[in-house]
Amino acid sequence: MTKSNAKSYWKENIRYVLILMFFWFLVSFGAGILFKDFLNEFKIGGFKLGFWFAQQGSIYVFVILIFIYVHLMNKLDKKYGYDV
Amino acid sequence: MVMMYSLFLEGIGIQNWTYILVGITFSIYIGIAIWSRASSTKEFYVAGGGVSPLANGMATAADWMSAASFISMAGIISFAGYDGAVYLMGWTGGYVLLALLLAPYLRKFGKFTVPDFIGDRYYSNTARFVAVFCALLVSFTYVAGQMRGVGLVFSRFLEVDINTGVIIGMIIVLFYAVLGGMKGITYTQVAQYCVLIFAFMVPAIFISIQMTGNPIPQLGFGGELVDEPGIYLLDKLDGLSTDLGFAEYTEGSKSLIDVFAITLALMVGTAGLPHVIVRFFTVKRVKDARKSAGIALLLIAVLYTTAPAVAVFARTNMIETVSNQPYNSVPDWFKKWEATGLIEYFDKNNDGLIQYVADEKNNELIVDNDIMVLANPEIAKLPNWIIALVAAGALAAALSTAAGLLLVISSSVSHDLIKKMINPNITETGELLAARLSAVVAVCVAGYFGINPPGFVAATVALAFGLAAASFFPAIILGIFYKKMNKEGAVTGMIIGVLLMLFYMTKFKFGWFGGGTKDDWWLGISPEGFGSVAMILNFIVSLTIMKLTKEPPKSVQEIVENIRIPIDAGKATH
Repeated sequence: MTKSNAKSYWKENIRYVLILMFFWFLVSFGAGILFKDFLNEFKIGGFKLGFWFAQQGSIYVFVILIFIYVHLMNKLDKKYGYDV
Repeated sequence: MVMMYSLFLEGIGIQNWTYILVGITFSIYIGIAIWSRASSTKEFYVAGGGVSPLANGMATAADWMSAASFISMAGIISFAGYDGAVYLMGWTGGYVLLALLLAPYLRKFGKFTVPDFIGDRYYSNTARFVAVFCALLVSFTYVAGQMRGVGLVFSRFLEVDINTGVIIGMIIVLFYAVLGGMKGITYTQVAQYCVLIFAFMVPAIFISIQMTGNPIPQLGFGGELVDEPGIYLLDKLDGLSTDLGFAEYTEGSKSLIDVFAITLALMVGTAGLPHVIVRFFTVKRVKDARKSAGIALLLIAVLYTTAPAVAVFARTNMIETVSNQPYNSVPDWFKKWEATGLIEYFDKNNDGLIQYVADEKNNELIVDNDIMVLANPEIAKLPNWIIALVAAGALAAALSTAAGLLLVISSSVSHDLIKKMINPNITETGELLAARLSAVVAVCVAGYFGINPPGFVAATVALAFGLAAASFFPAIILGIFYKKMNKEGAVTGMIIGVLLMLFYMTKFKFGWFGGGTKDDWWLGISPEGFGSVAMILNFIVSLTIMKLTKEPPKSVQEIVENIRIPIDAGKATH
């Protein structure tokens, strides 16, 4: 458990967080708000796509993102010996 | 036989069913409270710190889903259409921030409250005091709304006076929050999650089958109508809405920048709400904190993805039931809700029909947001026991959130103010007594506001998020991710953020500082969305002041390095 070990653990953690936050932004502020009108041109079943992302899709993605993070971090903890 | 049985069930009546279901659920809550009494401050504040991730996830979900989520949200969406997405995304997206940016580190830090973190990380009692002030401000605005929800349900379904309803609710919460502290609250919240989710889903599934033939409401509201095959429900609702002069349901009418700002403010506010954050202090390890954030959001998402479906069903049903129908032949539920003042009908053109249209001059019907979920099963003609179940669910939602907030209030007073600032030598027993007494006082204050709601309660509940966003979020994020962040920066940032938010909210909500209308909003951002702006200003001020003042002591920088590593989380300590 050296200092440099802690540093590179933190670096990898930040990288995961940034990637996941990118998708967080993309589905909610992106698909659900900024690109809503464009996506509404497409339909799945009775849903206009932008509307679907705003009221359904983004929420599903949020749940998946957290569980991906949990999985990645558990692996990272093991790799650095922080898994106690 | 089956027929006799169902006749028997029908014969019991809505009111008796409500007594039965509310009675059973309340007995369960009280039973759990007696079983899980807290005997130490650690049990009172963080349930002993050994709650499993699943139980914590369920408790967090119940804690989070308030009377607003259960009763009001689907109703608001039902009237706002697409714009309702701000609540759906805002109140779920915040959990991503919590899981990725806050929960693991705060758990590692291992204290009892949010002001504890702020006070220690910024090595200053001023910071602690500002944080206590913000926590109390946020929690009180929020809790008054919960007591009001309890009163509303009692008055409609048990036909008791709304004040009696509030008092019954107070006694129940008092009982398990004061006796059980966080430990009692956690396990009652687990039970309350089960009650509230069952109560929300059952009618939604029934109505979904009725209208679209699909038992999954999330898919049903994008499906075709049973009565009119080949026509999508949403297309039909868009048509009905435009016929009556409303905006198309799937388009909405708020400006893009305001939708963006409100969503952001709600997300960040969610992540900054003290009663949610404190739940992550109750688990054993850092990895449990991450996992329980995921479980919490999964459980919350069940309700949050169903709510927009309920909104569409309720809106369509309501328009079809009342629009252009003779007032004399309206169904029973209409008259009952009219008696509570939440439905109002004025026959402006004296034709005896109900004209429900967007144009205010000709509109004859006013329907309160709050009744859509409660009245929905009646509008859809579902059996009595389901209607009563919704009442029990709404009570579970309101009570679980009220209890969580009361705990934040009492621990802010007994732990952060008394133990950490006024009398550090207080004994364990003394602190526990102080915690219980402050819970009693908090319940009474909340009850008072429930009975005498100041006109601004409804308006300020949404603003509690703005306040949390403008105060806590930047201070906590910078405290974890920026080692060099110092007390001067954080404290100034919090103060300026909260003051700006209070200024904007009182200016446009209560008409102080010269007031103003929609046209005067800065950048077209509503008070509900202004938390985003105040938060950004908080960040800018914090960072600027930090550059001008000296860096934090080495010992504090070491604390920050330490919370980033998930091992040796130990137990939450003083």
